[in-house]
Amino acid sequence: MGGLPAGKVEFTEHDYVDWERRVDALRLLLSGIKGGRQLMTVDELRKNIETLPPDAYERMSYYERWVTSITQTMIQRGVITTEELGKKMAEIGKRDGSKV
Amino acid sequence: MKDQGSYQPYSYFQLMEVSLRELLVEKGIVTEAQLAATVEEVRNITPERGARVVAKAWVNTEFRKKLLQDGTRACEELGLEIPALKLVVVENTPTEHNLVVCTLCSCYPRMLLGMPPEWYKSRNYRSRAVREPRAVLSEFGLELAQEIKIRVHDSTADMRYLVLPMRPADTEDWSEERLAASVTRDCMIGVAVPRI
Repeated sequence: MGGLPAGKVEFTEHDYVDWERRVDALRLLLSGIKGGRQLMTVDELRKNIETLPPDAYERMSYYERWVTSITQTMIQRGVITTEELGKKMAEIGKRDGSKV
Repeated sequence: MKDQGSYQPYSYFQLMEVSLRELLVEKGIVTEAQLAATVEEVRNITPERGARVVAKAWVNTEFRKKLLQDGTRACEELGLEIPALKLVVVENTPTEHNLVVCTLCSCYPRMLLGMPPEWYKSRNYRSRAVREPRAVLSEFGLELAQEIKIRVHDSTADMRYLVLPMRPADTEDWSEERLAASVTRDCMIGVAVPRI
């Protein structure tokens, strides 16, 4: 997006909430820089964000894009499956009372 | 790891986060303890780290040289780890001002400045910093004389930039600590200069 026309810079400071911080930590751990296996690269994180449809990209918040991208990468790498994820989300949604 | 505070049902993406995390924990890929420790570690990184580096460069010519040559190594000498990244330190001079952006996403010298502010990640900053940096700086309240050249540095996944601001005048007798306190996060991104 470098060079595209855009509006004035809005000076918002972000107060990171807990789930966002966990997504961030998860990304660090999966990147292997904290030791352990490398299960994703920054390029994969970026690729899976950039392949989001433009309207989804605009609608989603920063860490919503990240968690989507990390999840997608884990599926692509065969670490988790779509079925496992679907089942887990339904299960936790039920436990929590969220709408899935 | 339980969130504190009043109860609210998860949003779709929070549900995704919890689900992904639980699956990875079940599979033994990460542990909740590792995650909690990493969250804490990241929380403890503040721009004071970067300010320490800048103040050291102001008082120590040898260190300044090293920092400009190989930022990663110079910081490691101060005990600041820059894991697997090339840190490039760019120096402001009376004729040249430096500004850092990441047009692709939000690459940022997090190991020295902590997590980036929201505006750094915004479309408006990322789009315009490379095209009309002078106008962007003026929105930050930084008016630079026309004859000062502005260099904009676009960060990458493997390379991060840190601006070494100019040491303010009349600070010859200041201690390193006092100097460090004058260096804000924004000075090291290049959207501000130290004011004393």
